[in-house]
Amino acid sequence: MYAQMVKSEATNEDPALLAAFQARIDAGEKIEPKDWMPEGYRQTLIRQIGQHAHSEVVGQLPEGNWITRAPTLERKAILLAKVQDEAGHGLYLYCAAETLGVSRDDLTEALLAGKMKYSSIFNYPTLNWADIGAVGWLVDGAAIVNQVALQRTSFGPYARAMVRICKEESFHARQGYHAIMQMAFGTPEQKAMAQDAVNRLWFPAMMMFGPSDKDSVHSAQSMAWKIKINTNDELRQRFVDQTVPQILYLGLDLPDPGLVWNEARGHYDFTEPDWSEFYDVLKGNGPCNADRMAARQKAWDDGAWFRDALMAHARKAAARKMAAE
Amino acid sequence: MSNEWPLWEVFIRGQHGLNHRHVGSLHAPDAELAIRHARDVYTRRNEGVSIWVVPSAQITASAPGDKGPLFEPSNAKVYRHPTFYDIPDEVGHM
Repeated sequence: MYAQMVKSEATNEDPALLAAFQARIDAGEKIEPKDWMPEGYRQTLIRQIGQHAHSEVVGQLPEGNWITRAPTLERKAILLAKVQDEAGHGLYLYCAAETLGVSRDDLTEALLAGKMKYSSIFNYPTLNWADIGAVGWLVDGAAIVNQVALQRTSFGPYARAMVRICKEESFHARQGYHAIMQMAFGTPEQKAMAQDAVNRLWFPAMMMFGPSDKDSVHSAQSMAWKIKINTNDELRQRFVDQTVPQILYLGLDLPDPGLVWNEARGHYDFTEPDWSEFYDVLKGNGPCNADRMAARQKAWDDGAWFRDALMAHARKAAARKMAAE
Repeated sequence: MSNEWPLWEVFIRGQHGLNHRHVGSLHAPDAELAIRHARDVYTRRNEGVSIWVVPSAQITASAPGDKGPLFEPSNAKVYRHPTFYDIPDEVGHM
């Protein structure tokens, strides 16, 4: 998901402390920043929450790209509000990560140095206005499936950030579906654009959940610690089941001929995404990886004088105030 | 000297008549900008009528390990709760 392929960190600590910690998790207690926690738990969370935060921030780029070209003033205001929300979501998450003893600047520098990742989905381009609707509907829709589950994650600050994010995220999915609805029920050209956007974004959205992790040792540890609540496969299936009727309502063709209702399972069957593409995008070879990282690096570099100047001003003002007292 | 903006804890009063509640933290160079950032980060949907910001470094917290000694004394005093006392029904609501 927004934290794809997060490896759990090994832990090598006092078995009695570990057992007491696991008992608290099993009892459904939330772990708070000052509580004792295994180093592996702390490091896995820093990586997962950090990656989630980076995804929110990088996720502003494909949508921000369309703010000036939104088709109406109303759509422009809506998109601006959504992109502003993504910035806010990034900040909630950085603040949750910081309670684990890492700073936001550390995390940003780790991203820029290529030591941390963000979700693969944001390495795909938004080519036209239909893509903006489809991103809100499908990408945020997939994110919601993941984040609703994470509201029950064991680390208190992460769970609370998820609650706040979920409250706001529903607007994101609905505005996207609303925009696509207007196109799907519009002229034949608009409908074709909507279809094309769904076709192109379907598999990248499916990849957001990450490859099957039913045999993964890392996932097993994260699930035992309740850092992860569901397997990638469970969440992907949930997304498929809720999204297919939404596609059909629009009168669009399903983007995958393998999407067929399976009466025996009580779920839709589907074709697995091309995982070699997924790994390739994670490695940096997606259509937009270089652009995204260049945009983040530029923002960081161009903002340096501003961050420094405000800090210098604050120090001088504090010194003046001290001298006057 | 690190130029990372310091961390502030943010408290929001949701409505008139309610307490300020902790909602999260953020970075800002000074108190005035911390309030402005808090407005943008934590009140985009009418969540508040008032904001407090406090430098995170100024917060003193009780240690989780002291939970027992700190809170046990009040746990033991069940007679502080109204339900400790059986009052006859005949007396009516009390």
